[in-house]
Amino acid sequence: MHSNKRFIESNKHGVVLACFAVVVATALAFTQHLTKDRIHTNQVVRIQNSLAEVLPDDRYDLPLDKQKIELPDSTSNKNRTIYVISKNTVPVAVIISAVAENGYSGSIEMLVGILADDTVSGVRITKHAETPGLGDAIEAQKSDWIKSFDGKSLAAPTESRWTVKKQNGDFDQFTGATITPRAVIHEVKNTLIFYQSVRQQFYQ
Amino acid sequence: MEETGNTIAAASTDAATSIKTSTVKPNPWKTLLLNGLWHNNPATVQLLGLCPLLAVSNSAINGLGLGIATAVTVLLSNVFVSATKSYLLPEIRIPVYVIIISGIVTLVGLLMNAYAHDIYLRLGIFIPLIITNCAILARAESFASRNPVIDSAIDGLATGAGFAAVLIVLGAVRELIGHGTVMADLHLLLGTDPIPPLINLGENFKGLLVAILPPGAFVLFGLLLALKNLCSSDQR
Repeated sequence: MHSNKRFIESNKHGVVLACFAVVVATALAFTQHLTKDRIHTNQVVRIQNSLAEVLPDDRYDLPLDKQKIELPDSTSNKNRTIYVISKNTVPVAVIISAVAENGYSGSIEMLVGILADDTVSGVRITKHAETPGLGDAIEAQKSDWIKSFDGKSLAAPTESRWTVKKQNGDFDQFTGATITPRAVIHEVKNTLIFYQSVRQQFYQ
Repeated sequence: MEETGNTIAAASTDAATSIKTSTVKPNPWKTLLLNGLWHNNPATVQLLGLCPLLAVSNSAINGLGLGIATAVTVLLSNVFVSATKSYLLPEIRIPVYVIIISGIVTLVGLLMNAYAHDIYLRLGIFIPLIITNCAILARAESFASRNPVIDSAIDGLATGAGFAAVLIVLGAVRELIGHGTVMADLHLLLGTDPIPPLINLGENFKGLLVAILPPGAFVLFGLLLALKNLCSSDQR
């Protein structure tokens, strides 16, 4: 008899808890439904803005998120997102997502734009957690350093010079921060190497 | 009236400091506001929620963003808990608080993602982590679950505003010392065209970088606490 009473009591708890869960879940589902489109638009605009930054504006003519493909990178065993940019339906450039895993604090995410002549059209950092005031000079808003990749390719400078000046490379390091720029430089180089292995898929 | 005053006094005994709860309390709402903002401030007196406080307060705009999000959460959570307190059986009240608070934080996160996307991205993980801010759970348990809805709303508002104020002040001080600006990037929150910072010491200002880094957060928060205690002890 006693155990039966306890059973009813704990059932009551379960029902009350479930009621709260249902009310909260309903409110969340409703909010999610209301905000879904706007959040999606925000994300697309953000990607388009970053893509537009690594390419001169007049080079593409299709909505950018429609031309997205994923290809595996054999050296890192990870997929890379590639945006093929066309003009009058002729491919003129690609933008490849890249992640430098060996930043000073965590990984650095970026976009690398490469023109049909295999030169870099631009690099932009999309996400990082580098030291404010030191490593964050990789951001385009903080310094022009990131623009030093413009026009570079695997042919010029030669592969061994794709590093910081301290190690006889072609790129500046920052005062007090060598690890961050080196991680970015190496990842841009890796992206170019990856690009060479897949480029015939975009240009006939 | 007398009864409300007593419950409020009873509820505020959870605070580390003892507040002089004199029998003459002309306006209990004013007392609630002063408690949240000053006498029983969640950050400077109860020392709750310090992880997001120290991590996010590297600029005034980040502090303002997280401050608003936290204030809305504690306000809604207090109202919801107070409105449903007759269903809050003692055995399940903690799981219910967790459902309510995490639901509200997720809702606030969705709204920020939709309407303040840039600041949402900047605050990142610290938006969902509002759930773990003990100050919110503490108000639900020690105040909202035993007081009327309106009192709970005012208490939530006061607690949230008190927490936000500390975030903004600490953020502004760290930003000023580290970057030489105050309230830079306000447009991220308002979604308008870029707005110049309130104070700008110029491009050539060589800041003290440590202020923006975690050690600076601890040192400056310590100084802020000392200042608060100094002011409080003067009043006694």
